[in-house]
Amino acid sequence: MTSPVTAVPLKLAVVSAGTSDPSSTRLLAGRAAGRAAALLSGNGRTVATDVVELREISADITAALVTQLVKPGLRQAMTILGEADGIIASTPVYKAGPSGLFTSFIDVLDNDLLIAKPVVLAATAGTARHALVVDDQMRAMFAYLRALTVPTSLFAAPQDWGDPALTERIDRAAFELALLMESGFARQVRDQSWQSYQHEYGSAGGTQTSIELDTDLMRLATGGSAWRPPAN
Amino acid sequence: MQFGIFSVSDITRDPVSGETPSEAERIDAIVQIALKAEEVGLDVFAIGEHHNPPFFSSAPTTLLAYLAAATRTLILSTATTLITTNDPVRIAEEYAMLQHLAKGRMDLMLGRGNTAPVYPWFGRDIGQGLPLALESYNLLHRLWREDVVDWQGKFRTPLQGFTSVPRPLDDVPPFVWHGSIRTPEIAEQAAYYGDGFFANNIFWPKEHYIRLIRFYRQRFEHYGHGSQQQAIVGLGGQAYIARNSQDAKRAFRPYFDEAPVYGHGPSLEDFAELTPLSVGSPAEVIDKTLTFREHFGDYQRQLFLIDHAGLPLTTVLDQLDLLGGEVVPVLRKETEARRDPQAPDGPTHASRVRAKYGDLAPRQPRPNANRGDNVTGGSPYSDTAADLSAQYPEL
Repeated sequence: MTSPVTAVPLKLAVVSAGTSDPSSTRLLAGRAAGRAAALLSGNGRTVATDVVELREISADITAALVTQLVKPGLRQAMTILGEADGIIASTPVYKAGPSGLFTSFIDVLDNDLLIAKPVVLAATAGTARHALVVDDQMRAMFAYLRALTVPTSLFAAPQDWGDPALTERIDRAAFELALLMESGFARQVRDQSWQSYQHEYGSAGGTQTSIELDTDLMRLATGGSAWRPPAN
Repeated sequence: MQFGIFSVSDITRDPVSGETPSEAERIDAIVQIALKAEEVGLDVFAIGEHHNPPFFSSAPTTLLAYLAAATRTLILSTATTLITTNDPVRIAEEYAMLQHLAKGRMDLMLGRGNTAPVYPWFGRDIGQGLPLALESYNLLHRLWREDVVDWQGKFRTPLQGFTSVPRPLDDVPPFVWHGSIRTPEIAEQAAYYGDGFFANNIFWPKEHYIRLIRFYRQRFEHYGHGSQQQAIVGLGGQAYIARNSQDAKRAFRPYFDEAPVYGHGPSLEDFAELTPLSVGSPAEVIDKTLTFREHFGDYQRQLFLIDHAGLPLTTVLDQLDLLGGEVVPVLRKETEARRDPQAPDGPTHASRVRAKYGDLAPRQPRPNANRGDNVTGGSPYSDTAADLSAQYPEL
């Protein structure tokens, strides 16, 4: 038995800021994506996975950062994230923080693009000393975007690739993500409560183009002043 | 349809010669650019307003008044006048004065301004920028239409029995364009008052303001100012023209690559493909400009940005020869041929006087003799109904 809700195919987006090929950052995200997709398929859900390799659109990201021009490669990445039911975001750590490429990409996204979307946060580094970057910095960044980060963070320093505990954490994070994607939380928040969040005209990756007439500012546009007599 | 140029008044190093003009040189240059615009047959010259280097235009009405005396046909305008950090009372006074001196050959475009420190420098809160802009224009609109205004607002000191002088020329307020590319409230305000709506059209994606312009047209009709096709729309754009495409790209590239707004980012080719910028032969610039009408509908004013990014004066004057000599005549012919018969002409003082008075003589306000003030009686003007009087607050 499939209800109408479960019949809807799910979209999973992988964002990787890895710069080498192959990249351990991409590998970590890919393994989590593979596990999540397998769990969802096992539950009878169709999953389409799109990968955004930030390396391939690094020039677009820079152009948007310094000139606000959104080129087609970046536009496509925004569309993928805007349509995603779940996201896995993975970055290398070089200097005690997410890489500049990763944060630059986040900087050029609309603030409302990821509202309520479940996200697995992942990072790789050359040393275990960077292990808290995910919880300490990435989680705050995605909280600002009002995304729903899963409880389990993924982090892999070189020695972790030989440790079965990494696979356990990947499985755990993938399970959490799959559960949140299946629940339809993001869709319901966006369908039923979208207007309760702050939006700018043209935001949400260019999809936020409805115009509300019944607002104080719209009334102010038609004469009068913003002054109100003080309440007694 | 009106064609012209608009300048942001930047003083930018010429990346080819390495020279940066002095403020004095750039101000002299802008006067020559405006005079040349008239000479080559353009209709409009508009200047920006800034309050920080490297810009020179902090006092647009002073420049425009000088140009009014030095020109005969050019419509003098702004791009934009800051409706947030200027006191609307001062805007009413300064632009009405300009309107008299220019014999009506002027209008203005209002914008909020995006230089954050300007707000606190003028005692304003950028967080309140939109309500400030909306309220300020509501007051400005009244100051030009009511001889005596009583006002209580949130953002400026109240007015009781205030008369903005001089009254607008022929008692017909200057035409106002509201500039915006992403603020529905500004489009709504333009529509409510039946004013013009201007999209700077420098950056795309155009889809956002295609929708905003459509919204403005719908609301213009909703408020009873005419059909959607009769709404007054203006667009910006930027061009660099040479006899052939390769020369245009070669000559403009160093300026593009170091331009203050989009330099050091996308390539010239990408930017030209993804935005309204055209760099090429007259035919290429004509073709691209004609696509604007397909996106936004028939519109009344097209302004080009041509004097920015350190382009030297001689180059800008050559650009004007090509723009006025080869591009605009074709654009006039082609847009005229394609235009919906309902679409109005660009606004002029003469057309607005005719719309208000028909064949009757325009009102010429004359102050009552020797009253000494305008708060102790009904009206400061001899032709106003005697029963019109200021409303005073109760103590």
